[in-house]
Amino acid sequence: MPLTREQMAERVARELQDGYYVNLGIGIPTLVANYIPDDIEVMLHSENGLLGMGPFPTEDQVDPDMVNAGKQTVTATTGASIFSSADAFAMIRGGHVDFTVLGAFEVDTQGNIASWMIPGKLVKGMGGAMDLVAGADNIIVIMTHADKHGNSKLLGECTLPLTGAGCISKVLTDLAYMEIADGAFILKETAPGVSIEDVQEKTAGKLIVPNDVVEMVFD
Amino acid sequence: MSGFNKVVDSFEAALEGVEDGMTLVSGGFGLCGIPQDLINEIARRGTKNLTVVSNNCGVDEWGLGVLLVNKQVAKAISSYVGENKEFERQYLEGELELTLTPQGTLAEKLRAGGAGIPAFYTATGYGTVVAEGKDVRAFNGKKYILEESITGDFALVHAKIADHYGNCIYNATAQNFNPCAAMAGKITVVEAEEIVAPGELDPSQIHTPGIYVQRVVQSKAEKRIEFRTITEV
Repeated sequence: MPLTREQMAERVARELQDGYYVNLGIGIPTLVANYIPDDIEVMLHSENGLLGMGPFPTEDQVDPDMVNAGKQTVTATTGASIFSSADAFAMIRGGHVDFTVLGAFEVDTQGNIASWMIPGKLVKGMGGAMDLVAGADNIIVIMTHADKHGNSKLLGECTLPLTGAGCISKVLTDLAYMEIADGAFILKETAPGVSIEDVQEKTAGKLIVPNDVVEMVFD
Repeated sequence: MSGFNKVVDSFEAALEGVEDGMTLVSGGFGLCGIPQDLINEIARRGTKNLTVVSNNCGVDEWGLGVLLVNKQVAKAISSYVGENKEFERQYLEGELELTLTPQGTLAEKLRAGGAGIPAFYTATGYGTVVAEGKDVRAFNGKKYILEESITGDFALVHAKIADHYGNCIYNATAQNFNPCAAMAGKITVVEAEEIVAPGELDPSQIHTPGIYVQRVVQSKAEKRIEFRTITEV
């Protein structure tokens, strides 16, 4: 079975380490916050200018001056700090954020990512996505393996306008976890019950299947 | 205090000198920390053909959306223009010129502009449409593009507290682009929720030093929330 959105978030959360500063993109990446292990401490970075993002406020705590990068009302955790947007991106661009999770439309075997624009459809802007992919070293892209029409989103070369070039090396989809190196996707893990052939069939870009591919385990 | 008393008693006086065709830099992120009273005053004045530099352009009827509805904006430099139907319509029909700029690059363009740095190299946007026509250079084996800084004829800023000297303190994430905008204005106008006498602010807690600020005015507009998300108790 392909992973659910929740299982994708749970799998990515296993990459978190105690003491990590983490930026989670909008969509499935946001769900990763629900699976942070109890025995580690991580601090969430929100690129409008908040480090130490907490849960949504209660009705009594709502403050129009306190929002996240998705413009949703949020709270700050113990140890949080608030700063200008220039500082928020100095943290990203300067490589101070340990781990970044974001969504994408396409990823290719050169580590290119397209996530912000579909020509002919409405252009809303890249927001902070280009800064995040260019600045972070440790990025996981989390997305479905194929689009609604069954077309692979893992390509030899992205067809959509790029968000960043040569900056992605880890991808988790609903079918598999892969790394990108030497112009190919390297299969590392498959979703429970998903065969290597299923992954091969839905991966348009070059896929290398080593001998040590493991199946993910969920409780 | 004479020369250092920057408080003016009306929005009209706060924006004296704004003319057609000028570039306005605005603080705010979405509807958070936006200088709504100053935007309303620009709307009242009917100034036309403006270039606005702001991360977003508000929503229809609030934030910079007010100026879009009034057709006062000729060009926008922003990172994200969703949540704004009138913006989309004017852009798609060619009434409005839009330069999409990555969010961190935009913040740095303003900060650098205010700091007297005319351009800087950043990896953001390398290999994308953002890099088209821009100088590319490698440092330590990584590619960077040259981005030019931005300054504005006026900068519009919203602060929680300001004193007569123009020293500003922002509240929570309403800080966002405001300190960057404050640095980038030839004339920086701060609307503050509270204006206090000199000496009342702790110098070590100031976010924007008054040297960047030319005028201070008392704000009055309500604060709106774009997406009200709640944890049920």
